[in-house]
Amino acid sequence: MVIDDTISAIATAIGEGGIGIIRMSGSRAVAIADGFFQGAGGRKVRDIQPFRAAYGKIVEPDTGQMIDEALILVMRAPRSYTREDVVEIHCHGGPVPLRRILELTLRGGARLAEPGEFTKRAFLNGRLDLTQAEAVIDIIRSKTDASLKMAVSHLSGRLAAKINDLRQQILGMIAHLEAAIDFPEEDIEQIAAAEVAERIRPVLDEISRLLASAQTGRILREGLATVIIGKPNVGKSSLLNALLREKRAIVTDIPGTTRDIIEEYVNIRGVPLKIVDTAGIRETADIVEKIGVEKAREFVASADLLLLLLDASAPLTPEDREVLALLPGKEALVLVNKSDLPARLEIEEVERLIGGRQMIRISVLEGTGLDELEQSIVDRVYSGQITQGEGAFVNNVRHGNLLRQAKERLEEALNSIAAAMPLDCFVVDLRAAWEKLGEITGDTVSEDIVDRIFADFCIGK
Amino acid sequence: MYSAGSYDVVVIGAGHAGCEAALAAARMGCRTLLTTLNMDNIAMMPCNPAVGGPAKGHLVREIDALGGEMGINTDRTAIQARMLNTGKGPAVHALRAQADKKLYQQTMKETLEHQARLDVKQLLVDKVIVRNGCVEGVETETGEVYRCQTVIIATGTYLRGKIIMGDVAYSGGPNGQRAAEKLTLSLKEAGIRLMRFKTGTPARVDAKSLDYAKMIIQPGDETVHNFSFMSDIKTRVQVPCWLTYTNEKTHQIIRDNLHRAPLYTGMIEGTGPRYCPSIEDKVVRFAEKQSHQLFIEPEGLNTVEMYVQGMSTSLPADVQYAFLRTIPGLENVQIMRYGYAIEYDCVDPTQLKPTLEFKQIKGLFSAGQANGTSGYEEAAAQGLIAGINAALLIQEKDPFILSRADAYIGVLIDDLVTKGTNEPYRIMTSRAEYRLILRQDNADLRLTEKGYKIGLVSQERYFRFTVKRDAIERTLTLLRVTPLTPAPEIQAKLRALGTAELRTGISLYDLLRRVEVDYDGLRQHFAILPELDPIVREQIEIAIKYEGYIQKQFEQVERAGKLEAKTIPADIDYAAISGLSREARQKLEQIRPLSVGQASRISGVSPADISILMVYLEQRRRKGEE
Repeated sequence: MVIDDTISAIATAIGEGGIGIIRMSGSRAVAIADGFFQGAGGRKVRDIQPFRAAYGKIVEPDTGQMIDEALILVMRAPRSYTREDVVEIHCHGGPVPLRRILELTLRGGARLAEPGEFTKRAFLNGRLDLTQAEAVIDIIRSKTDASLKMAVSHLSGRLAAKINDLRQQILGMIAHLEAAIDFPEEDIEQIAAAEVAERIRPVLDEISRLLASAQTGRILREGLATVIIGKPNVGKSSLLNALLREKRAIVTDIPGTTRDIIEEYVNIRGVPLKIVDTAGIRETADIVEKIGVEKAREFVASADLLLLLLDASAPLTPEDREVLALLPGKEALVLVNKSDLPARLEIEEVERLIGGRQMIRISVLEGTGLDELEQSIVDRVYSGQITQGEGAFVNNVRHGNLLRQAKERLEEALNSIAAAMPLDCFVVDLRAAWEKLGEITGDTVSEDIVDRIFADFCIGK
Repeated sequence: MYSAGSYDVVVIGAGHAGCEAALAAARMGCRTLLTTLNMDNIAMMPCNPAVGGPAKGHLVREIDALGGEMGINTDRTAIQARMLNTGKGPAVHALRAQADKKLYQQTMKETLEHQARLDVKQLLVDKVIVRNGCVEGVETETGEVYRCQTVIIATGTYLRGKIIMGDVAYSGGPNGQRAAEKLTLSLKEAGIRLMRFKTGTPARVDAKSLDYAKMIIQPGDETVHNFSFMSDIKTRVQVPCWLTYTNEKTHQIIRDNLHRAPLYTGMIEGTGPRYCPSIEDKVVRFAEKQSHQLFIEPEGLNTVEMYVQGMSTSLPADVQYAFLRTIPGLENVQIMRYGYAIEYDCVDPTQLKPTLEFKQIKGLFSAGQANGTSGYEEAAAQGLIAGINAALLIQEKDPFILSRADAYIGVLIDDLVTKGTNEPYRIMTSRAEYRLILRQDNADLRLTEKGYKIGLVSQERYFRFTVKRDAIERTLTLLRVTPLTPAPEIQAKLRALGTAELRTGISLYDLLRRVEVDYDGLRQHFAILPELDPIVREQIEIAIKYEGYIQKQFEQVERAGKLEAKTIPADIDYAAISGLSREARQKLEQIRPLSVGQASRISGVSPADISILMVYLEQRRRKGEE
């Protein structure tokens, strides 16, 4: 953790409004902005008068390609919100320019701000008065909890598995090299620098591939996290299939973190949805059922929207009540399925339990009520009732940035090996690459290295 | 109750931790008492007869740079030394020496005996006297009470020590010593949490019964190396070690007798270290390995006892004979001492401050294996720090704490007091995040100034250090300010040096960066360069050739240093900080870190918790101003 480096973040809600703002704070903010901003008449960011907006273009430094037009605003320390140098870039509000400009700030050396970090700096630097301390703590706490939830939910199972695999490969190399250093008299097979280089290359290639796919968004996906819940056999899978079939707009199917959870992507009237179907949870063995319920709870916790299914043709069961108990605090639509069959569900009881949430009668079998369901989802998004957390969006940038940093460190290791630098030098780069990848998956315990050494090598006295 | 005397510092135990603690305290001006169970076993090496190795050798150099004794004592008593890892980069070069065990003890004892202000006495301490959260003295088994302001526990593996071999088990310390049975109870009464650890040692065998023709000789280095920056020893007897291997027969015998191994019969309850498993453990855990290496190492010049490195065991005596005799060169081996396991009580080190003083008991310190570490060097390093801080406490001066960026000693102690340990802790270079800075060759440059400031480093040592430091700085400046142009006579010199010609002007400093250029080669062609002492030359070359990496680590240190510099007031009430996660609150309360940096290394304390802590500290600071 670092306390006074330059931080960067998107300051406006994503996908809302015509203008988006990226904000940087810290001593390098101006220099970083100068790396990609071309002011009208060749004006540099460092020459812009504080509090005067200057017009210019945001340009990809490597290719010279223009990303967006923007207004840039500079506030010099201490006359800014954080009492550090602050640069604001006002660009078009679409996700693409925001994301690419944020990436440029990170590539220039800024760090993605932690939740509540601008406010924290404002307080620590004396910009906010003492009475606001508790509020600052609340912001840090609540934003962190929310973003942790997001960080986990938006890392697809496949990507997490891939990153873990790469980390294991790097860790294997580190442990081998470290064991040879720390236990030179044990009969540990010597590993030549050239061999390390050979083992680094495939890891590097894989990271490059991940980075390329991250750009096109195929792996790091975005979408409103929507979860279908309901007791067994209530029609969850059928609903999912109906939504997918109706639209014929399946982007791809990506198996989730477990075989029992299916994630699908569907575009409903322009709104991208990532739908998690918990229907894959098997109901045979009790233990598995329990694991399934727990899994479902996790997904529910991180969902932007719940689609809760009830069976119109049967009275409420204890399982229904368990599912209904997941509702508090969540945005949800309650769907009464099988409404083509004779009604036996206690509707008044349900209305009491769902606390004013919208209830829609549907029949997945006959295809009725689905239009109403879709319209309802779209209305909610446009009315702002459902907001997609910026988690997915920012996480994509974050993941991409960390992948790039890991890649750079592996390249440095290769350069060092080529320059005949000794082992104790290039292992520093390997460790850094391993840590960067760990930041993506949230695993950063350095004790792992020691554990791996003792697991892989027989060392003794 | 007989009041036998009063001291500033009483050290319980005269092993490697106790010796350093007592010497440091006495040298810093304290009236010091060092107690031992047995005057003949001061500074005993109950396990291998070697000092140093990766990270451990670094510790010895650091102890020496601060004015400690282990380096000097090893240099005086070494019978072989090797620099390990020479092909792996300067940061991990590591000196390892075989010491003559008896001579090591005798030499250390003599140093202790002649140290002003230090008394050494054979006493078994039964009790640490604590009143109102302050230490007041110690009481011995024979009833004497020694009053004192500080006590350093350096009891090694002696606290309720239990020796186990096969189905034999008895109370005792290593090598037939007594155990300290009652002290444990006294520590518990003082509110100290104890753990139970296990370690072990291999057999010692008779050199006359070995067939060296069947083993591979392992000579020491021809160059004579010393640990101490003060040692000028230029010649030394070099006694070899011998290498041989176990085989399938050895492993079969061990597997057949596992039911008699205390490790598997449940007789051993303590937690053993992963890095020195017994041979039975190795055979089970690494079943696919067809052979394990072992080194036969001399225990001294005047003994036929040989240490069997790699074969630590607590199997019964007959099994030890059976499996050793399957090994080439050991077919007729005579065992002189059997291998055994030892279980002992030790302190959970998270109860300690980074000064090694107990947080809850003023004046009580703990150091060495008693803190859950393993190894002579780890023990000595802690002993030194405890001794220094006991003296500083008495002198009412600021405590002496080394950071992770200062020294391996800092890494060791920070790991212990911040993270704790659940097995005997061993220092390793891979535990140090700033390894390229923490080299064994620059320990004096890192630490001697600090040691001088606290009054432990002698004038003589300080003078030697300043001469070296100034020579390094002078030479680096000279190299930097001496320009080279692509003139014909310069190009000719470069060709002679076997390196590429210049395209633009550079400095001598830049030229020395090149892999193929070294200082002495350069000096032959550039008369401006002075002849340098090899230790100075080494510093110059490392500083220039690895500058990029070293610089990166310094930047890392500087960034992290900002968190380290944010101190946390001792009276902080974590319960009063809203917003901390429950786990963070509990861990912070237990560890009570001294700085935000230390807090950030506690497992279970997240970056958000650190942010909240910082906001709270700022809030508190401003309230203090109001």
